[in-house]
Amino acid sequence: MGIELNTETLLEKPATIAALREGITSGTLTATELAERYYARIAEHNPLLNVYLSLTKEKALEQASAVDTAAAKGDPLAPLAGIPIGIKDVLVMQGAPSTAGSAILKGYHPPYDATAVRKLTAAGAVLLGKINCDEFAMGSSNENSAYGPVRNPVDTDRVPGGSSGGSAAAVAANLAVATLGTDTGGSIRQPASFCGVVGVLPTYGRVSRYGLIAFASSLDRVGPFAGNVRDAAEILRVIAGEDASDATSSPRPVEDFAAESDKDVRGLKIGIPEEYFGDGLDPEVRAAVEGGIETLRAAGCEIRPISLKHTKYAIPVYYLVATAEASANLARFDGVRYGHRSASATNLSSMYRLSREEGFGPEVKRRILLGTYALSAGYYDAYYKKAQQVRRLLAEEFLTAFTRVDAIVTPTAPTAAFKLGEKTDDPLAMYLADIYTVTASLAGICGVTVPCGVTSAGLPVGMQVLAPHFGEGTAFRVARAVESASE
Amino acid sequence: MSGLVSMEEVERVAELANLDLAEDEKPRMQRDLNAILEYVAQLNQLDTAGIEPMAQVSDLLSHPDGAIGADTGHGALLRADALKASLDRAEVMEEAPDTDGAFFRTPKVIER
Repeated sequence: MGIELNTETLLEKPATIAALREGITSGTLTATELAERYYARIAEHNPLLNVYLSLTKEKALEQASAVDTAAAKGDPLAPLAGIPIGIKDVLVMQGAPSTAGSAILKGYHPPYDATAVRKLTAAGAVLLGKINCDEFAMGSSNENSAYGPVRNPVDTDRVPGGSSGGSAAAVAANLAVATLGTDTGGSIRQPASFCGVVGVLPTYGRVSRYGLIAFASSLDRVGPFAGNVRDAAEILRVIAGEDASDATSSPRPVEDFAAESDKDVRGLKIGIPEEYFGDGLDPEVRAAVEGGIETLRAAGCEIRPISLKHTKYAIPVYYLVATAEASANLARFDGVRYGHRSASATNLSSMYRLSREEGFGPEVKRRILLGTYALSAGYYDAYYKKAQQVRRLLAEEFLTAFTRVDAIVTPTAPTAAFKLGEKTDDPLAMYLADIYTVTASLAGICGVTVPCGVTSAGLPVGMQVLAPHFGEGTAFRVARAVESASE
Repeated sequence: MSGLVSMEEVERVAELANLDLAEDEKPRMQRDLNAILEYVAQLNQLDTAGIEPMAQVSDLLSHPDGAIGADTGHGALLRADALKASLDRAEVMEEAPDTDGAFFRTPKVIER
């Protein structure tokens, strides 16, 4: 079966969804046994990695048992029947606390499920628990969690990336077959690259954000992590689609992304933007990505150099737009309806201020201050409006590029995983870890990051494949071609 | 430390954001805000006169002439303005720091 779980090693590739489905359908494996093995592995490795913040074992075993009953009767199984999946803690899920990695939401039990969570449950998935992340998804290293950092299973002295660092580490260490994360400026793609797994940024509007604790609403997306491209495609298909509870979700039909990923890449035109290969790119990362590009050329793709000349403005635009939106979204945490209320408050005003001061961590405060500043009287035009104007230039530049190429390939991050503590004292250096990912966030386009090699120290390198709005099928196809070359 | 943002401005912005920064947090926040604002100032190299600000991705996908864009071309869709069941009050109130069961309780709003 090839699904023996080894508790000796930290790093382990999960079995494919297809192999597990085959096992459960044919009766050589039960969903209950599978879930129990995952909980055993979590018990073994979570104390070091700090991936899971809470476990939902009772509910998970109930779901697994329902799958086993259906399988034993020979009933047709749902697409993810019995598949163990973990959920980033910024998505609300009943039966466990949802903290968003923040002390201000410590112990908060949401009264409903996020749409993506509800869809996974309906598809038979066994949801193992809630996964650590940077506070309110603000960070690039998972060191901003109020519940401690996550360690990278490839090298436990290094960060797993962020903000969905726990979701990436969970798949790399096989503490889940797949996970959900969220991506506002790179929070799925960068940790996937750092941990050597596949991560998907769906098109803005492809997946409902209902039940996502909001950071920056014009940028936030929900997407999957998996051990291989096909599994990520299968999960995206389940969670995608229009949702009456999210007005920004798209009515576009959802394709069979896994089938799309199997299609031949011959004849596809791949754009290589020179701005993503300049100063600041680690030479070993460059070499690995160039290796991936050669693979695509050998598979029959036409490689075309292109230019996206506004790229260098993306970080400034992102950190103004995202923080402005965050300052508004996080106004809801005021100690009234849920979460932490300061015990020292003497009146309404001091209750708001002290609850927020005590509940938020430093990076969240920094971003609220920056966003409030950018939106404040006298600075709005110079910062916020200016950023929105340049955002349009960046986005239109992508639309123009996609009239000439089918997909764009870049490094996912400028370096491999860095050391814990290396950038915590310099917010700007940390923000630059997102330099290749924020552009697609601002434009609303989709992308997939796929491992394309390792550095001499054995650290994984990811290649980012970007495709036009609602062109996930193409992104999966290109990513799959790179992945299959290393099999 | 000089820079774009003075300590008074840090305090004013914190007040606008309902944050009661501790004294020892303020110099660090001032330092970081200045570093970030200096960095974002490079946007001023670009002439953006006449460019419509982009607030939402749907701005990009909607076509004013009615043509179909990458999305359906309608941007965000609004639901019908109709009554429907909401979350259960008891479940919601369970999460409140202070409640009488029907309403949220807060400290006094107006001092006499």
